[in-house]
Amino acid sequence: MRSIIDILDLSTEEINELVHTAEDIIAHPADYAEICHGKKLATLFFEPSTRTRLSFEAAMYELGGNVIGFSEANSSSAAKGESVSDTVKTVSCYADIIAMRHPKEGAPRVASMAASIPVINAGDGGHNHPTQTLADLLTIYRHRHSFSNLKLGLCGDLKFGRTVHSLLNAMSRYEGLEVVLISPDELKLPSYVKKDVLQKNNIPYVQTENLEEALPGLDIIYMTRVQRERFFNEEDYLRLKDTYILTPDKLKGTRDDLMIMHPLPRVNEISVAIDDDPRACYFEQVLNGKYMRMALIMKLLKEAGTI
Amino acid sequence: MNIDSIQNGIVIDHIKAGYGMKLYQILGLDRLDCTVALLKNVSSVKYGRKDIIKIDREMEVNLDAVGFVDPNATIVLIRDGKIIEKKKIDLPETLTDIIKCKNPRCISQTEQEIKHVFRLTDRENHIYRCLYCETKASI
Repeated sequence: MRSIIDILDLSTEEINELVHTAEDIIAHPADYAEICHGKKLATLFFEPSTRTRLSFEAAMYELGGNVIGFSEANSSSAAKGESVSDTVKTVSCYADIIAMRHPKEGAPRVASMAASIPVINAGDGGHNHPTQTLADLLTIYRHRHSFSNLKLGLCGDLKFGRTVHSLLNAMSRYEGLEVVLISPDELKLPSYVKKDVLQKNNIPYVQTENLEEALPGLDIIYMTRVQRERFFNEEDYLRLKDTYILTPDKLKGTRDDLMIMHPLPRVNEISVAIDDDPRACYFEQVLNGKYMRMALIMKLLKEAGTI
Repeated sequence: MNIDSIQNGIVIDHIKAGYGMKLYQILGLDRLDCTVALLKNVSSVKYGRKDIIKIDREMEVNLDAVGFVDPNATIVLIRDGKIIEKKKIDLPETLTDIIKCKNPRCISQTEQEIKHVFRLTDRENHIYRCLYCETKASI
């Protein structure tokens, strides 16, 4: 049974196929309105989420399907101590596909090994978030019409930021990528990601703590939030949370076609004053996420022979 | 220093110096009630220094565990005081229930009766990663 736990579970050809399907959904939504009629998506969210859960649910409804599930661990049997494996074996009896978010890293992998229906990782701790990456990729493609020859700046929490790791993994497979890593020393990209993704694929990269100096020349600036829930120590979080705030004055000297991206939610990493700048792409990412999730749900259900 | 030769049992030889105790712990040899000898920093023509483990009983040794700790180690089976087999070890592709993931955020810390699985992701540098959270294994 095919599941998507990591963005690398999808080949570049499959990502291109999903992008083209998503674009076709955008152009002809009525053609897809009944494709999942009578099918059920289970959203198993053991951790709070606004965007991802609603995006999955909206995606399934727009495909004509239905949704069951829970939005926090306390309203599931996990609160009684039920294992992930038992939960998904149970849910496999009711639904056709699962979208799972879990605070423990690797939980969706465990779920995919136990379930008899496809599992989509909707975020597991600081580890992976492949459908956010699919949203990011569609946004990049709709602006640039290609994934090649881009200078990508990643800013903020590069240590625990699962969206950053997944995006780097995906973009590393395209030609001409250059990366600028902008973070405080404590939140640097883990050395294994640098080694396994950047160095292994001969991707040129620089590390800096200075956002203003890094911005000119970038095609994309991908801002991230310092995540309170990833810290064991509140003091460390408070010290680091306001390190980078993108404001209109910092955008002087940047490219006219710069893409300003953020996986959201933002706390204060991007000033609200930037929201009206045509280069701000973060709410487009939200919308594109729904289309890519529609494309992915369809692909997995087709492969499973369910639709 | 002299350690008696064994009549029926196993010798794990050519263990990289300093890794004998790790292997002793991973193999759970502290739970055996037979004689077990751990020799550290033994002179070796080939390696300079090496560790050796002698187990005075015939038993199954987890080859994957030995391969993980030191793929250059050799296992010698002894019966009636004679060497009956020498086994060379290789790096195993996967380790199952040999070590546990140390990442406190990993699902393997809480999931009931989960198999602790690590995959060889970099043969050249002997790097294993947790199947679930991809955290690097450490000996």
